[in-house]
Amino acid sequence: MATAATTMDFEKPIAELERKIDELKHAPGDRAVNVDDEIISLERKLSELRGDIYKNLTPIQRVQVARNVRRPFMLDYVARIFTDFVELHGDRAFRDDAAIVGGWARLDGETVMLVGHQRGHDTKENLRRNFGMPHPEGYRKALRLMKLAEKFHVPVLTFIDTPGAYPGLGAEERGQSEAIARNLLEMSQLQVPIIATVIGEGGSGGALALGVADRVLMMENAVYSVITVEGCAAILWKDGKSPEMRDRAANALRITSPDLLEMRVIDEIVPEPEGGAHANHEAAARSLAEVLNTNLEELRKLRPERLVRRRRQKYLRMGQWAE
Amino acid sequence: MAWFRKDKKPRSPRRERLEIPADAWEKCESCGYTDITEKFVRNLNVCPNCGFHRRIRAWDYANIFLDEGTAEETEVEIRSADPLGFPEYAQRLKKATANAGEGDAILTLTGQLGGSPISLGIMDFAFMGGSMGSVVGEKIARLGQRSLEKKHPLVIVCASGGARMQEGVLSLMQMAKASAMLSQLAERRVPYVSLLTNPTTGGVSASFAMLGDAIIAEPGAVVGFAGPRVIKQTIGQDLPEGFQTAEFLLEHGIVDIVVPRHELKPTVGRLLRHMSGKPAATGWLST
Ligand SMILES: [Zn+2]
Repeated sequence: MATAATTMDFEKPIAELERKIDELKHAPGDRAVNVDDEIISLERKLSELRGDIYKNLTPIQRVQVARNVRRPFMLDYVARIFTDFVELHGDRAFRDDAAIVGGWARLDGETVMLVGHQRGHDTKENLRRNFGMPHPEGYRKALRLMKLAEKFHVPVLTFIDTPGAYPGLGAEERGQSEAIARNLLEMSQLQVPIIATVIGEGGSGGALALGVADRVLMMENAVYSVITVEGCAAILWKDGKSPEMRDRAANALRITSPDLLEMRVIDEIVPEPEGGAHANHEAAARSLAEVLNTNLEELRKLRPERLVRRRRQKYLRMGQWAE
Repeated sequence: MAWFRKDKKPRSPRRERLEIPADAWEKCESCGYTDITEKFVRNLNVCPNCGFHRRIRAWDYANIFLDEGTAEETEVEIRSADPLGFPEYAQRLKKATANAGEGDAILTLTGQLGGSPISLGIMDFAFMGGSMGSVVGEKIARLGQRSLEKKHPLVIVCASGGARMQEGVLSLMQMAKASAMLSQLAERRVPYVSLLTNPTTGGVSASFAMLGDAIIAEPGAVVGFAGPRVIKQTIGQDLPEGFQTAEFLLEHGIVDIVVPRHELKPTVGRLLRHMSGKPAATGWLST
């Protein structure tokens, strides 16, 4: 479950340096001239350190980053990238699932439909949003909004950020499988452009249920996997807890953005600011906005039939086998 | 009866059969009833005492559904690769092939059901727990394409523990692949019936298993997105009696019909005839 500590182990040198700079800045008494110089030098060092650490993240470290609660979530991006957001609620049948949010918004003045997983930044919000793990009614709300967008010829932008669809009694009773399957089928024939972005953790079928798209983007430090590293290690090596086995699973599953680009499961990596998206929400949002705009501009030129044909063909080619 | 027909392809017998003579006795896993193997086989491996539907192999379903002498296996050349270089995957594949056959976790065929041509996909739980990797996805896509071109109805028998994690996110994408194919069949109004057998969970459950124009299930089959163990772990309590069984799903409106094994062929036949605008077949009206 996504309850990463606020400071990740490998970020400790960064945090220490930050504290040092902070101390110097707030040092009491007269400020000696060379303190300013030292601050500048330390800040340069901090930037280098961030760059170095983030250039060399291991897959399991990327999992930690992707799950970190300080990362921008769906609504953090919505607030920074879009205007005129009107959130819509409910599946019209059972209830409103707060693990998925959606609604109308504008990107550069043009109307778009937004749908995405929403995790909570604290325990209280996480209880309400079920840690971003949707029930069937969440996926049905998502589909309702996508069909609404189709009706008014409006593109759909989805945001993926979930450990997975919720495995519980109610979820099974109300047809979790059917809800996910229905979205996969409907998204493969939706007559408007769809861009999906993996912003944090893309966890299995619960992620894919918002992820069938003309373009699939992935934030640089996001991960996307068929199973959690813990689940994989537990099933294959009977040990989902030890750091060694989690590390082994993270490496073996090939879940990072460069891996997925190479396998052509995603179309583009969205660069994150130095030190990861959580270090600078504004810069992360600017980066994503730019990539969304470029892709949407290209997709808007395609007629619906062509769009759907290309999208289906893309998915029909997925996989690698021997013959 | 059709299901007595000899298999076209040789397959390795189940391990327990290797150790016992052909006229041996078998024991029902559910109630403990013991009888000669022949009796179980004649009854399609449904326990004569309690009605428990024992697991059978893909070719057994082929023999149940297809008219005698009409079965033709398709996509026989496709094999699993190891796209991720995943630890131990190559060995596991080798072992699964030796134990369960060359068709990976799905057997695909064309043939006739009650005189009408169909495409038939049957998952084989014996091959790595019926896990869906690239081969299962590709075989379904090609089988679907045959259905699409000829307008022959598609029937898929599901049995799977989920995605094949050794193929990573590529196995996840097979859910989207199968669904993209089925959306094309839907668009051209080619009927698709899915049969859920024990167990159908994970990625298979959350894709083509739940997209049938009719969804039918064998009695007692466990069907769900998450497996019972995972749910139990998550909620920290025991699951209610009969949770996620075919009967439970019927009650909750998730499957259309629960059909005993010996009624599968006539039931699917009638469904397909209704959905293809064909008249009822003789002999099926009374069943
Ligand atoms: Zn029995």
